[in-house]
This record gives sequence, C-alpha cells and structure tokens, in this order.
Amino acid sequence: MNRLSALTRLNKKGLDLSSLRELGILIAFVLILAVLMILSPNAFARPSNFINILKQASINGILATGMMYVIISGGIDLSVGSIVALTGVVSASFAHPGEYPLVVPILLSAVIGTLIGLLNGAGVAYGSIPPFIVTLGSMTIVRGLALIAAHGSPVFNVTKAYEALAGGFLFDTIPHLVVYFLVVTVICAFVLTKTVFGRRVYAIGGNEVAARVSGINVNRMKLAVYSLSGFLAGMAGLLLASRTVSGNPTSGQSYELDAIAAVIIGGVSMTGGSGKWYGTVIGALLIAVIGNGLDILNVSSHFQLLIKGSIIVIAVLLDIKGKARQT
Amino acid sequence: MREYILEMKDISKSFSKVKVLNQVSLKVRAGEVHALVGENGAGKSTLMKILMGIYSADSGEILIDGKEVKIQNPKEAISNGISMIHQELNSVLDMDVVENIFIGREIVRVGAGSLGVVDKKMQLRQTEELFARMGVSINPKQLMRNLSVAQMQLVEIIKAISLSSRVIIMDEPTSALTGKEVKTLFEQIDRLKAQSVAIIYISHRLDEIFQIADRITVLRDGEWIGTDEVANLDSEKLIKMMVGREIKEFFPKQTVPMGDVVLEVKNLSRGSHFQNISFHLRAGEILGIAGLVGAGRSELVECIFGLTRPTTGEITIRGHRVDVRSPGVAIRNRVALITEDRKLTGLNLKASVEHNISLAELTRLARFGIINDQREGEVTESYIDKLKIKTNSRKSLVASLSGGNQQKVVVSKWLLATPDIIILDEPNRGIDVGAKRDIYLLMGDLVKAGKAVIMISSETLELMGLADRILVLAAGRLTGEIDRPDFSQESIMRYASEFQSGNMV
Repeated sequence: MNRLSALTRLNKKGLDLSSLRELGILIAFVLILAVLMILSPNAFARPSNFINILKQASINGILATGMMYVIISGGIDLSVGSIVALTGVVSASFAHPGEYPLVVPILLSAVIGTLIGLLNGAGVAYGSIPPFIVTLGSMTIVRGLALIAAHGSPVFNVTKAYEALAGGFLFDTIPHLVVYFLVVTVICAFVLTKTVFGRRVYAIGGNEVAARVSGINVNRMKLAVYSLSGFLAGMAGLLLASRTVSGNPTSGQSYELDAIAAVIIGGVSMTGGSGKWYGTVIGALLIAVIGNGLDILNVSSHFQLLIKGSIIVIAVLLDIKGKARQT
Repeated sequence: MREYILEMKDISKSFSKVKVLNQVSLKVRAGEVHALVGENGAGKSTLMKILMGIYSADSGEILIDGKEVKIQNPKEAISNGISMIHQELNSVLDMDVVENIFIGREIVRVGAGSLGVVDKKMQLRQTEELFARMGVSINPKQLMRNLSVAQMQLVEIIKAISLSSRVIIMDEPTSALTGKEVKTLFEQIDRLKAQSVAIIYISHRLDEIFQIADRITVLRDGEWIGTDEVANLDSEKLIKMMVGREIKEFFPKQTVPMGDVVLEVKNLSRGSHFQNISFHLRAGEILGIAGLVGAGRSELVECIFGLTRPTTGEITIRGHRVDVRSPGVAIRNRVALITEDRKLTGLNLKASVEHNISLAELTRLARFGIINDQREGEVTESYIDKLKIKTNSRKSLVASLSGGNQQKVVVSKWLLATPDIIILDEPNRGIDVGAKRDIYLLMGDLVKAGKAVIMISSETLELMGLADRILVLAAGRLTGEIDRPDFSQESIMRYASEFQSGNMV
C-alpha cells in the first residue's frame, strides 16, 4: 500500500454533497427569519422572543429527534403524540402534593415511553408488520389508555417541583425546556454521528439486507430505535404536563405529525438511510418560528396551517429534485 | 431483398464521461441468429438498450430495412418490429398467460363503445392460434406463477411474435434452462428463422453459440472487435477476441499448495432450496460452484453464511462444528460472503465509500462504541489504494461509482474483516474487464495468503480458468464434482442439467 498518498488524501476533506440539502433549508430558515424581523422589528425581533421561540420548539424538537432516528432507520413512529398524552396523565397522577417523590413521575414517564417504543419495535422487527401500521395501532391504543387512566378528564393538582421541571429557568433566563432540548440534541447528535450505533441506524435504513449481510442484528437495532423514540416521547409528555400544570389525555394530538414535519423539512429522507441531525433541529426551529411569527403578526391559526403544509411539500419537492439531479 | 434487416452504425454512448460504447456497429440479416458476445461490461446490454430505446445513443444511427429510424422508447422499438426477451423475465405472475401476452394492448370488445371492456374470447383465440403455429403446449388460462422458467420464456417469445416482431433480442435465454428445455428453445428459434425473423442472441455459453448462431459479433470494452460467420471461428479464436489475450493470461491462475480443510459441509439441506449437500474446502483452494440459475447455489452459500437456517446438516469451520445462527456468527468465524447483487444486498447506496467499507468491522474501529474517525479514514484509504478503487474521495457516495468500483468497495468491506474463507457469489456480474481482472488477481493473492475461496459463477469459462475444483448443482442437489484436469464446458453442462434424468451423485 502506498501509505504516503493515502495520508495526503486523508488530509483533503472531500466535498460532502449531501450537506447541500441542509444548506438549502438553512438559507430558507434565515430568509424567513429576516422577513419576520423586518415585518415585526419590535415584537418578533426581541431577544426575549427568540428564547420564547426556542422554548416553543423544544417539545417538538425532542420528539423530532426520536422521530429522526426512526425515519433514518427506515421506519416511522405515529405513536409519539399518544405517548405524550399517556405519560402526561400518568406522571401528573403521581405528582399530587404529599404523595410520591418527584423521581416517581419522572421514572414512570421514562419507563412507559420506552416500553411502548419497545413494543412498537417488536411489532416491526419480529412481527414484520409495516411500521406505519404498528404505530398507527399503538397510537390509537395508547390514546385509549390515556383516556382510561385519566377517566376522561385532565389531571390537575401537581406539586411545585413537578411544575418547575418544565416551567423553571436556568440562571433565571433560560427556560428549562430549552436546556433539555439542547441536552437531548447534543447527546443524540453525538450518538448518531460518532458511534457504531448511529452508523448502524443509517445502515439499516439505507439497505436493510446489506446491513444484515454485514453482520448487523437488524431486529435488535429496530427495538433500540423505537425504544429511543418512545423514551423521548415519554420525556416530552412529562415536560408538556409540567408546562401546562396538568396531565391532559387529549394533549399531544397530531404532535407526531409536527415531529415528522420537522424531520422532513430538515432533509431526512422518508425512505431512510440519510439525513443530518442539524437538519432536524432547523426543521423544528422553522416550525416554531413560523408559528411564533405568524402569531405576532396576528395571522389566524387557520392560515398558519396552510403555510406549514406548503413548506413541508416544498421541502420534500426540493429533496426529490435534488436526488434526481444527483443520478 | 436488402441484405440487412437491421443496421446499427457507429453507435457511441458515454455515462458520466465514461465511454461504454465507442463506434460500435451491428448488422443483422433477416432469418439469421446473430450472436452478440463479449465479457460482462463489454457493452452488449447497453447496445441492446439503445436498440430498445431505453437509452439514447450519443452518436450513430439505426437503420431498419435501410431506412434510418429514431427509437426513443421501448414502444417505438416495438412498433419498429424489435422486441427483447429479458434475462430477468418481467411477467406479471398473478395474471394468466393470455393476459400477459396482451398486457398493455388489450383487445377491446367491439360494440361496447368506449367502455374499454376487454374481449377475452378474442384474446384467447389469438393466443391459441399462435400457440398452435409455434407448437407450444401451454394452457393459455394458466397463471404465469404456475409456469416453469422455460415456459415463461416461451410465453415471452410468443408475445414477441404476436407483436409481429422481425428482430427478437434474447438476453441469456438459457441461463435458467435445463438441457432439454434448451433444445425446445432452439426448435422455436429454428421456426422463427424459417419465418425470416432475425434473432440477436446474447449468451456466455460458447458451445451453445456455436450450435445455434449463424454469425457472431464480438464486443470488448465498448469496442467492436469483429463480425464473422460461425464457420470461420472456433472457440479458441472467439475467446481470444472476447478477452483480448490468450485465455491463460486472462485468468491469472495461482497454483498454491493446499492446506488443511477449513470448511466442511455435511448433508446440508434447506427445505426445497437444496438437499443433502456435502463438500469440503481447503486453505489455498478456489472452489467453483456451477449450475443453472435457480439451482440453489446462492441459497447454499447464504445458508453457510447464516443468512438462513438449514433444516438439517452440519457446518464445520476449522475443525469446530459451528451453529451459524446469523451472519454475525459467520463473520466471527472469519467467513465472508460477497453477495450476488451488490446493489440489493451488498451496498448501502445512500452512504459513502468509507461508511460502506467499514460497516462490517465497525466494532474493531471503535472504542466504547465511539468510532475512531482517524483510523476509519486510514483503513478506508488503504483499501482504496490497494484495490485501486476509482473515487473522488472516500466521502463520495458509493452510488456515484462505476459497477466495477462498487464491487471493489464490497470486496474491501469483506477483506477488512480479515476472513479466512471468502465466498464470492457471481463476483463479476456487470463489471468491466479491467475490474474483473483486478478481482481475479485479488483471488490469486488471497489463496497465496492461505485463504480459501468459494466462487459461484454462471460463466463456465471463468470457473474453468480460476477454480481448482468445480461443484455442480442442479435443482438443489449436488450432481457433480470435477477436478481441474477434467474441466470442460460439456461436462459442467451435463451435470447442471442432470436432475431431469433423476440420477444423483
């Protein structure tokens, strides 16, 4: 082997074409940000509003991170919105003053979310049921469980400590929610890009058979990926209930779709195998920025839906066109 | 009558700057069988795809009956009287024979107005007429699924005739046929010739070509090498034209002293796929596996590699009996499988060259689950150098590489796993001659380093050139074992068709 030439080539960074896609989203994001800042220099462009946007993006951002893993692995998880509701209800029920320590509702949320994810993964991996069907089923079942657990109405009366989980601030300025979002993003981005596990998530989504031939235990990977999504949904449910100071069995409706939207806008391919973590972050921020900006501009929420939907379609269109050009 | 029914003149075609056809010409007479031969990657299929309107040529012209035609898509090819019977038959399995013959051009019942009601009776009658004319005895109401490969192929031929084709391209029509079925096919071809239909016959089987063809055109590396009457050629000359050098040079056979038995397979069976297979493999040996498509060759090696579980039988690796539950177990026992279809089962086309090469050995490149990027880059670069993989960078998407270089990426992935037993399933399908030779040389290096190689190939020339011993499979059974001194295309073919007579080894 020619070691010298190998090393010289090693130092040259190859042009990574796949990141152009994320660059496009970043430009779109900056443009939208700029337009909103011009339209509303006083209300929108205030620093405190930016922190507000981050806060609004955080729950969807946490869900989207789990969703990203699932979609890169070639699947989809429709159950996360229902998991949010169930863990919200259960954790709030165990957070009444004078009953259990705070660790109980936290652990319950984590365990319930992970367990549902594990069952989703088992259905996909060992039942060979298409992920869409498995998680459509669990979405409905878990929603039912949430309603049963709450006897149909929201659970109120929670401790101050529970409320402070999401409602508190770090250094009196940064909302806890933003901190969690940041922590989840940093850990999940590291795992996705730097570890064997992350690489295998891409591998099974890119070509499941080739991954299997290469000695990867595909079924175990799927269990892990859906469990991660379930765990993060469980955490999101805890945080939402804390933020709203109640466990509401009808909360989290269509959250799965917002999470999927963030992932797709961020350039993750629906067919799996490709996508970047920062794309998903931008996707989640973009959705929050649009919601926040349009609220400030007094655009009715009905019209916001039109705009959000259009952006999703345009993002995917860009993706498809970009791929067509590559081949 | 004009001399040529079809002329392709000075056809050139490039894919992303790589010239795959350079001024190639092909002239076909009515009523002749014109064999188109060349190694994988010689440009045969590209030339035929241009004729069928699937690709468009960069330059050159196509003449039918002396008149220039432009063929932009398969529909136009068909309306110009050209059809193709693909190697992978694309029948709709859940439709019956009649429906398959008339698919896309159903006969609409007259009088029903524009309702588009299919006239099934008329379709059936026309099919029966065609079958009678060609002496085919297949029930037209049968589902395609229930037909044998040979029968499906006959249906495709009938379909081509029903399109009033005057030029029929047959791409490896016998690769899945037994000796008897080949005979039936040749009878059909004779009938077509009698009706002055021209056949462009693509095959790797030289004995067959000498039996059926009238003239032969040879392509190599995208160049036209020659066209001649069969009578003026023999297999020696033809091979020389195909590979561009003496056959001994083209297959750089390394003979090394054999070592111990590293793999022993005893009475291995898996359902209906293969039964009672026993063989052994020694270090330093290249063991070829021959057989028709569907004989169970891939299924056998997939089972040895742990992708499927055997119903009965034992696998012994280096003297230890191993329960190969999964590919992971096989890899830990230093077995590698380079699968037949690199796009379907070998590569992650959405990932880079680097990520593909490192995939099977990630754990060794990582500490506490975190990948050492520096080391990953170094080993990837070393394989890019060693196997001369042509790529802009290790970060390039593997999908952007040519077939031969993609194959080298798959091979690198497995070499990185430092296997002792390397199984290659059709390693040279769809790669150019240069890459092919690199793979042959590599196989020589591997056995010199004391590794053992199993190679499945449908190209008997390749097997005979490289293997020390050839196993022949037919219908899931081991029908023959031939040592190097006794190699011949005839004996391989005979064993490969053996199950028909029902006598097993």
